[in-house]
Amino acid sequence: MYVAVKGGERAIDNAHAWLAEERRGDVTVAELTVPQIREQLALAVNRVMTEGSLYDPDLAALAIKQSRGDLIEAIFLIRAYRTTLPRIGHSHPVETDKMACDRRVSATFKDVPGGQVLGPTFDYTHRLLDFKLMAEGEVPEAVEAEPRIEPTPHVTSFLNKEGLIQTEAEGEDTPPDLTREPLELPANRALRLQALTRGDEGFILSMAYSTQRGYGNSHAFVGELRIGKVAVEIDIPELGFAIEVGEVELTECETVNKFAGSKVEPPQFTRGYGLTFGQTERKAISMALVDRSLRSKELGVEVSNSPAHDEEFVLYHCDNIQATGFLEHIKLPHYVDFQSEMELVRKMRAEIASASAKEAAE
Amino acid sequence: MRKVAAMGKPETALSPDQKARKAWMGLLAKSDAALLAERMVEMADLPGFEWLRRPEVGGVMVRGRMGGTGAPFNLGEMTVTRCSLRLATGEVGHGYAQGRDKRQAEQAALVDALMQGARAEAVREAVLAPLEAAQVAARSARAAKAAATKVDFFTMVRGED
Repeated sequence: MYVAVKGGERAIDNAHAWLAEERRGDVTVAELTVPQIREQLALAVNRVMTEGSLYDPDLAALAIKQSRGDLIEAIFLIRAYRTTLPRIGHSHPVETDKMACDRRVSATFKDVPGGQVLGPTFDYTHRLLDFKLMAEGEVPEAVEAEPRIEPTPHVTSFLNKEGLIQTEAEGEDTPPDLTREPLELPANRALRLQALTRGDEGFILSMAYSTQRGYGNSHAFVGELRIGKVAVEIDIPELGFAIEVGEVELTECETVNKFAGSKVEPPQFTRGYGLTFGQTERKAISMALVDRSLRSKELGVEVSNSPAHDEEFVLYHCDNIQATGFLEHIKLPHYVDFQSEMELVRKMRAEIASASAKEAAE
Repeated sequence: MRKVAAMGKPETALSPDQKARKAWMGLLAKSDAALLAERMVEMADLPGFEWLRRPEVGGVMVRGRMGGTGAPFNLGEMTVTRCSLRLATGEVGHGYAQGRDKRQAEQAALVDALMQGARAEAVREAVLAPLEAAQVAARSARAAKAAATKVDFFTMVRGED
């Protein structure tokens, strides 16, 4: 039961004024600018763009500043802004095989055309705090070498040549869009991938980890992980042809899983796919594992009752804005609900008390 | 590999003029707004124009392919600003720019219109060429840094002999 209650307005205004002051913090410390966040907290910006489902580094940086670094709050701000944008159109599918790769590694093949390119990675660092960053220091310059001009082919294309990996079904159908129609189950793979890309990194990571530990057992290899920029092309109706309207940085992960074969398929490798905005490789790898896990039914492999095999469980709980909305609403006033519960508990206690009094009397 | 470049038409179906326009519109859309504005200052006596569509910020749904090669799915949106204008001399220009910079979209539309008129060569030299050079330089600088992080494997010789 909901009853309108008045009287909180002044307190709310004052709370928001204090929030603004706390956001700024100690005024003797220089204020953060949005470009500083965009440039120096780029991985937070990337996460907000991926889960906010809007590629715009400046807006993501602004959201992080406004939310005091609470990334889910920042994602919420971006999602809200996104709904105000008129939809200009949709792009042609991005061509990740033409990506200008900053990073490209394969855990399955050592020698691949294009090689193993580490890029600006935390891998192989010692995870020791670097106290030099507390002082203003010189930035060491990145080393340069002869740049690769030609595009870097996908690693799975080599397995494809031998027919050892399942080929992806082609199709040009318009994919479903969960920002336009509510997510309904059973979902097809296109809808699942959209939901997983937007899904909470922590949740997707834990789901993926659970499959590795044996809940819906699957042993995945990272066939390829690549990060870099791709062009985005859309049709321009007034011109009658397509143009590039920008470029986005993406992380793409392809995982391969051994598959013992079925009645109709020979033993081969099956695939999981992850694609996310910016440099967000933990998320992209996790997404690929969960994608593969949710494909179990269509691949005809054993479906357990593990969470990561349960489409409804994963898709209905992976969105951190939905989750936080429902979770956090319970801190808002529920005075009347609670009053009725209290009445009920009092009544139950009274009933028990009178019953035992009667029993004692007999 | 499918290569559907334009409204279902293969890339080769475009006329040379269309190909050229596609290239400069893409270049302008991806350009650095500050550099574009700086180059436009060089263009003296810009003709007046009327708006056909004032700059508006919108979203484009970016699609990917399952497994990089399969059927499409919706990845997420990006911000794009577009506008259309007609020069006093009659040419119609369409401007697209990644992000929310209305000034950049306006200048992109101006350049698009000017490229269809008598001043095309001058515009190419003063605006498009420097924008392209900047994009090529930025791209190859990243590629050079990436190349320096490529692993050179060597095998340690082990065993008794």
